[in-house]
Amino acid sequence: MIREADDTLTIFERSKPGRRAFSPPELDVPERPLDELLSPELRRAEAPRLPEVSEPEIVRHYNRLSKRNFDLDTGFYPLGSCTMKHNPKLHERIAALPGHARLHPLQDPHQAQGALELMWRLQEALGEIAGLPHVSLQPSAGSQGELAGVLLTRAYQEDRGERRTKVLTPDTAHGTNPATVTMGGYEVVKVRSDTEGNVDLDDLRAKADEDVACLMLTNPSTLGLFETGIEEIERIVHGVGATLYYDGANLNAIMGICRPGDMGFDIVHFNLHKSFTQPHGGGGPGAGPIAVSERIEPYLPRPQVVRREASTNGAEPFYELDHDRPKSIGRLRGFQGNYGVFVRSYAYICSLGAPGLREASETAVLNANYLLARLRREGVMEYVPVAYERLCMHEFVLSGEPMRRELHIKTLDLAKRLLDHGVHPPTVYFPLIVEEALMVEPTETETKETLDRFAEVVAEILKEAREDPEVARHAPYTTPARRLDEAGAARRPIVRQAM
Amino acid sequence: MADPSYPDDLKYHAEHDWARIEGDSATFGITWYAQDALGEVVFFDPPEVGAEVSKDQAYTEVESVKAVSDVFAPLSGEITAVNDALGDKPETINEDPYGEGWLVKVKLSDPSEVDSLMDASEYQASLD
Repeated sequence: MIREADDTLTIFERSKPGRRAFSPPELDVPERPLDELLSPELRRAEAPRLPEVSEPEIVRHYNRLSKRNFDLDTGFYPLGSCTMKHNPKLHERIAALPGHARLHPLQDPHQAQGALELMWRLQEALGEIAGLPHVSLQPSAGSQGELAGVLLTRAYQEDRGERRTKVLTPDTAHGTNPATVTMGGYEVVKVRSDTEGNVDLDDLRAKADEDVACLMLTNPSTLGLFETGIEEIERIVHGVGATLYYDGANLNAIMGICRPGDMGFDIVHFNLHKSFTQPHGGGGPGAGPIAVSERIEPYLPRPQVVRREASTNGAEPFYELDHDRPKSIGRLRGFQGNYGVFVRSYAYICSLGAPGLREASETAVLNANYLLARLRREGVMEYVPVAYERLCMHEFVLSGEPMRRELHIKTLDLAKRLLDHGVHPPTVYFPLIVEEALMVEPTETETKETLDRFAEVVAEILKEAREDPEVARHAPYTTPARRLDEAGAARRPIVRQAM
Repeated sequence: MADPSYPDDLKYHAEHDWARIEGDSATFGITWYAQDALGEVVFFDPPEVGAEVSKDQAYTEVESVKAVSDVFAPLSGEITAVNDALGDKPETINEDPYGEGWLVKVKLSDPSEVDSLMDASEYQASLD
């Protein structure tokens, strides 16, 4: 009998003692005793248990895994709020240039002037886009940008002798907002949405008092709707002395059209990996820079990348890391952030320029509205109506509740069935205020044909469910793994593996 | 549980919680509608015995494959027991929301609050 090839083995299960993919060459420098290089208490007692595999086994293992993945280079990926736009391949070439890729984090700033200049120029560009002059690139994820924002708010208010205890978040907020608030030591107070999907201004007025440190707001919101009451929100929040924080998750809708700083926001975070292109979704790396107003500037993380004008005429300006920031909230991480991300995002901004960024946002909004109209024309709104009947921004939220009631398939079933049609599902079950929610963000980089096909596929799945709901309930059929036991994985996770 | 049910001997809160009143004590849980909307429950965060709960305020959380949700107290009082068995088998909340899936027992501080809760038919009407 022929043994079956087991595609589910991990790299550790493929390990066989003595197998190697690499043999180091003979040492060609003088050998020094280990104790001289690293004191014994810092060294591990036994060698790490790494998998022992040959090079072809490694290549096949990861090649196999890569083929089982659904990624942006495979198909349409309208994952709401994640901005899965195309990542231009040019950026990879630029990030791979030795001057970028081989730069050491401990390089003396004098020998890293190019990199520091790139970071400074990126700061300037982001500041212009946000409408807020001072930028720190240090936070390395949107969530860390949020934490920086809350810590900056605290530092600013404590410096003024204020001790505030609460932070407001709308009921549509990303889960990271309340998590950040809790981590920052504040109490979360939820603000309701009104019937139009905006922040309920009466509820905001009732909850905004002198104990409130900040309102964290995403605009456009996670419903894909622009907060039309933003000016009144700004007056209410600043009226009680709180700061206004802009969650930049949905910045892709407004780049070059309007600016958070002009709306009155004090602190903004960017998701460079969303709005400014960077392969993401696999766990990173990302970048969550922040831009702040004049009054928040003294508290920014340190060190800051700064440009110094030369003292003598004709000499080049130089760039350095400024540690002399006595009011700073301190470091948020080792070194300055994920530099490769900065290179890609800077390349993106330079490639598009200001008119191009604006066009990207306009097209993102146009694509979302086109797709919504196209879904309407397919006649699916009876089963998956749009949650709020308004012009949407870069994304829109549908409710699968009528579909669940009438066709007996849930949003999850529709999402899984989409996979059989080669489409990555939209974000599901978020925001929480929409029942059986489906959040669709097509992005600006998809063609009309792709959007048309998505609408046709959704219509087809609903038609199929009318005839036999069991088909969608057991989907997907064509993926490497079928319906996963998500509840079982969460209830009884297997988190350790014998090596 | 495939079919919705709302037992007549329970009192209901608009945030989809039920209370079984026994003199000046009560048992709390979440309704069939709540567990169905949550989907498969994967984690229950048991509150401390002795903790005070206030009517209409969140006193604990349940996590499903979809989301983490607050659980609201239908009545005020002090927690006298929590359902520890849910730690290993949170799915009991889905399978038997009114029986083995109970969450906490509470010594009521103001039994007259019961008057503000809905009965089964009022609660069911509120779901439509």
